[in-house]
Amino acid sequence: MGFYKFLLSRAITFVLVVFIGITTVFFVPRFLPSDPVEAMIGRMTSKSAFMEPGAVESMRKTLNESFGLQGTIVQQYFGFIKRVVFTHDFGPSLANYPTPVNELIGRALPWTMGLLLISTLISWLIGNAIGLLSGFRKEKAYSKVLEAISIALYPIPYYIFALILIMLFAYIIPIFPLSANFMGKGFSWEHIKSLLVNSALPALSIILVGTGWWVISMKTLSSGIAEEDYVHFARLKGLKERKIMTKYVLPNAALPQVTMLALQLGSIFNGALITEYLFGYPGIGTLIFGAILQSDYNLIMGTITISIIAVAGATFIIDFLYPFLDPRVRYK
Amino acid sequence: MKNWNFRLKTGVFILGIFLILGFILPLFHPGNPTEWGTYPKNLKPSSAHFFGTTNLGQDTFWLLAKSVQNSFIIGIVVAFFATVIGALLGLLAGFKGGFLDRAITLLTDSFIVIPSLPILILLGSLMKGRASLFYIALVLIIFNWPWPARQLRSMALSLSEREFINTAVFSGESTMKIIVKEIFPYVAGWSVANFVNTILVAIGSESGLAVIGMSSNEKATLGTMIYWANQHQAMLAGRWWWIGSPVIAIVLIFIALFLTMTGYQQYSALRRGK
Repeated sequence: MGFYKFLLSRAITFVLVVFIGITTVFFVPRFLPSDPVEAMIGRMTSKSAFMEPGAVESMRKTLNESFGLQGTIVQQYFGFIKRVVFTHDFGPSLANYPTPVNELIGRALPWTMGLLLISTLISWLIGNAIGLLSGFRKEKAYSKVLEAISIALYPIPYYIFALILIMLFAYIIPIFPLSANFMGKGFSWEHIKSLLVNSALPALSIILVGTGWWVISMKTLSSGIAEEDYVHFARLKGLKERKIMTKYVLPNAALPQVTMLALQLGSIFNGALITEYLFGYPGIGTLIFGAILQSDYNLIMGTITISIIAVAGATFIIDFLYPFLDPRVRYK
Repeated sequence: MKNWNFRLKTGVFILGIFLILGFILPLFHPGNPTEWGTYPKNLKPSSAHFFGTTNLGQDTFWLLAKSVQNSFIIGIVVAFFATVIGALLGLLAGFKGGFLDRAITLLTDSFIVIPSLPILILLGSLMKGRASLFYIALVLIIFNWPWPARQLRSMALSLSEREFINTAVFSGESTMKIIVKEIFPYVAGWSVANFVNTILVAIGSESGLAVIGMSSNEKATLGTMIYWANQHQAMLAGRWWWIGSPVIAIVLIFIALFLTMTGYQQYSALRRGK
């Protein structure tokens, strides 16, 4: 199968996945008994003393319009899809009216992506290095200790680990702040310093838990490859152990780890959302929770759609790059 | 028991302790551990209250026991139904092939790629933290069946090439009967490991939702315990027993479940070899 055909089939899968995700985001709220518009009107009328029936009616109409709730459910659905796909517009944020949802997401997305990409890559590199070493030399004592540590780390959810880190480094030994507090702006030293200090704990929680997983899987892969015939042959040929490890075992063991990276991304993203909330880190996670607390439906729809597109997109890109890394895999 | 490896033994041992804590000890404790104001607030751990009391006047030890119970119930219910549904659909897809296979595969692939947490948050947000545990379990089942389905589909693909399956087909057995009677015994070992892993995932997702107040806030689970402790600034106020006990319990339960799962896989691989 040719390159273009492969690309096309992957692109179709990507579109379908995003489509199913967006459809879920659209229909789920409508299956439930609460009506966001009536809830908002109820909140407003209970706060202010009196509102004329005419004013309530016109407000209902405006709200229905901004929620995209006019017409039948099918019309609403196509209206929603059309807005998202063609104008990339989620409407105004209701809690921060009239700031568009897109602008709020645009501000938060770099934070989440930055935290996620940097800490995921660091944990991938460290985990694979440790896993390779302990898989290649599995009889050594340090391999066993490292494996035991990773087994203890891996099953812990990211946000539980975040809580442990907060307890340790913000409460018992107060080196880091309990919640994020950014100072300065732009490229000033003060700003960069507060950026690093405030991102350290959330990043550390992702790095440590993530590393555990990569050590476990890399160790399994590399210890299997270390017993292959061509590794024996390399040893008989008199090659140095170090060279066998980096040139013979590493390239073959690293490849499945690339695919795994894509699959893991979804779960890391999930974990990072709660981690952000616990640290008060200004990313998509914190934005989602703020939106939920204020029943800001446009913002909820927007942030969740963006998360789905981001994860599905990352998976698609890694899938597509994979054959460039592994010459044995053709696009199929 | 004799052939059990170290991981399986350790995992089952720790799990046993928590199952006793969650399901047997509460039988000896009269009263409702979630009720507020039963005891004086914020007592430190002592012989009367092993883990002290909370800011809401609950005994932390009995609250923890109840939370462990509810978390395990959610985990086991979700794992059971997710594994059964996933196994049936996966085996059906792999065995039948054709359009059915393509439809099921597309569905599993989409569910695997969609980040489940944002959608769970959306569902939780609509219930405003008052969802019933049944509702949370139902939603978790929806997001957890695709993993076993995908794995078992590929296992069924290779199994359906075997001779004895052909014999069954030609002797006129129904598809359902072949899947349950002929194929399932071969994938039972894997399904057990998946069952244990799904308990881990389900308890993890429920706690994740609960920590941010999107689960059943009025029910005691390990996650809601953390939620209430966070809401009342347990950490800032130095009430480490309140926030510390559910966090440590989750960590231990997760390590135990993981050890049980990997230990069981090694154990059944060894048994197959004999």
